[in-house]
Amino acid sequence: MFEIFGIPSTALFGQLLIGLINGSFYALLSLGLAVIFGMLNIINFSHGAQYMMGAFAAYLILQYSGLGYWPALIIAPILVGFTGILVERFLLQWLYKLDHLYGLLLTFGLALIFEGVARNYFGSAGLPYTVPESLRGGQNLGFMFLPNYRAWVVAASLVVCFGTWFVIERTRLGAYLRAATENPTLVRAFGINVPRMITLTYGFGVALAAFAGVMAAPIYNVSPQMGAELIIVVFAVVVIGGMGSILGAIVTGFGLGVIEGLTKVFFPEASNTVIFVIMAIVLLVRPAGLFGRRA
Amino acid sequence: MRRFVGLAALAAVLACGGANAQQVNVKIGVLSDMSSLYADIGGPGSVAAAKMAIADFTKDHPNVKVDLISGDHQNKPDIGTQIANQWYDVDKVDMIIDVPNSGVALATSQVASSKNKVFIVSGAAASDITGPKCNANTIHWTYDTWMLANGTGTAIVKTGGDSWFFLTSDYAFGHALERDTMAAVEKAGGKVLGKVRHPINTNDFSSFLLQAQSSKAKVIGLANAGGDTINSIKQAAEFGIVKGGQSLAGLLVFASDVAALGLPTAQGLILTETWYWDMNDANRAWTKRWQQERQGKWPTMIHAGVYAGITHYLKAAVALKGNLSDGKAVVAQMKSMPTEDQLFGKGTIRPDGRKIHPAYLLEVKKPSDSKHPGDFYNVRATIPADQAFRPLKEGNCPLVSG
Repeated sequence: MFEIFGIPSTALFGQLLIGLINGSFYALLSLGLAVIFGMLNIINFSHGAQYMMGAFAAYLILQYSGLGYWPALIIAPILVGFTGILVERFLLQWLYKLDHLYGLLLTFGLALIFEGVARNYFGSAGLPYTVPESLRGGQNLGFMFLPNYRAWVVAASLVVCFGTWFVIERTRLGAYLRAATENPTLVRAFGINVPRMITLTYGFGVALAAFAGVMAAPIYNVSPQMGAELIIVVFAVVVIGGMGSILGAIVTGFGLGVIEGLTKVFFPEASNTVIFVIMAIVLLVRPAGLFGRRA
Repeated sequence: MRRFVGLAALAAVLACGGANAQQVNVKIGVLSDMSSLYADIGGPGSVAAAKMAIADFTKDHPNVKVDLISGDHQNKPDIGTQIANQWYDVDKVDMIIDVPNSGVALATSQVASSKNKVFIVSGAAASDITGPKCNANTIHWTYDTWMLANGTGTAIVKTGGDSWFFLTSDYAFGHALERDTMAAVEKAGGKVLGKVRHPINTNDFSSFLLQAQSSKAKVIGLANAGGDTINSIKQAAEFGIVKGGQSLAGLLVFASDVAALGLPTAQGLILTETWYWDMNDANRAWTKRWQQERQGKWPTMIHAGVYAGITHYLKAAVALKGNLSDGKAVVAQMKSMPTEDQLFGKGTIRPDGRKIHPAYLLEVKKPSDSKHPGDFYNVRATIPADQAFRPLKEGNCPLVSG
């Protein structure tokens, strides 16, 4: 067995894989943010709260209807996505013509309200949620023990990320969407209902956050502040990737997960700072982000 | 003649004062984490406990009037000290209680000392509060890191868990808990193979757990709290740590954490607390009242400590006839009187400010053994009061000379 910087190579492979797993959460969340920013020009600060709502929805679905993880993976994003649609219809749609700051403040306020309501009813300690029976246990890969659930997280996240990228960048629907952000008036002139498309896009972005929330529920503590802790990192990911860039969000999400994972081995105390250091460097060198286009 | 009338009036007033018990006005501030990771172990539950303590005490002492205020320190020492300064100076608060988060508690203790007011710690754990950083204005009520380390650490080494690896929360509390547990483990004949320090509020512990796994230590000590502990335990189960033959030691686990984990995940975990709601009838009756305000929740030892701390403080306030301006004198009075309340029973407060009572080594029940909601623990052992806390002379508290 050889060593790299004093760490056995097997341990390092394990850490790389774990970084990739964490990166898949960053990728899923930053993807939703990127979709919303790219299509609506809204900086969705309530994304973390909507991720939390996804996890809470999974818990409530289990409590009140007895439906487990798999149905929740479909139902919770739909429910939470629907609340997103309501938010867009009643609140956000009035802000598109204003400065970004207004959308940011509104969604930040909403995040505080969602979290406050959850804390009021469920407390801050958290709610129990277990790994589904079919994904318990794990594989011994030789260099590490890989829980089946984590393998599933990476696979599902890759599929969802690639699917979203494909729909937006490679299909006719995606072309309409991108055209609608460039020039809504012209697209409307072709007979396409742009406001409805924007509403559904926001709903989809929120549903992605809720999907990540359900994925997180079995392994992370389901508590009202679970999203607030994550969202700051995810924003850094989006900024590094380039605001609004779908591919950028996905690639930097996975990449930063790996870098953070390595930091946890070599200098654990800095593991929650390293992403911000990278953000600062990237902003100095490429202000539009790694994959962003200069406005 | 006029002077004589004045003296007579004064005498009359004094005589009346002697006949009716003197009016005592007290203002208490509950400073806690109201909205973040420690809000369930302290927070609004501490305020509820404070209200109960005041209601119970003033029922027997109608001459005592207590104002209660509360504040959120957001786990930030700067915000905590700012509130403490304002309460002591502007709002005329006589005593601050609770303050989970050792960083904030150590800062608040400094403020209390510089303003000569009273500070009773229930929520924070660092044993330094009654160690090198002790002062004559602070009392540490419920528990501390030495007691947790001594209870859980020693018990686990004795049952064969003699090699340890620590996951430590990277701030004052985690460092203190790690240091005290290492000392307890080594004293009992075990050895420490390694440790890793993680930032507070870490979401993913898999990387740290992998390091713990490859250390081959028999026991992984979790020197963290709240959401961090819950995440560590949840993910340790996922990574098959316990199935692989290593065991987890939750060095600070509260009833609310066990509720959040659920018994299937938490079962078998060994921990130490100084109070458990389901241990006797008095505790159960108290919990029932507490739950009227905090429905569906379980009180922690911190809540019990807030209740008991306020009760004892009010007794001292009555003994001093409401003369509370000199915080050191009030604390000295509290130390001179034995403590007694329905939750902790009889106890004492040592010269270094450490409240002394028994501690309990608990084990989380199997789901099948749990008879009713909140039936979390089996009591494995009782650590008597004189052994539960760090010996007075080992703390290096400047108040204890020699």
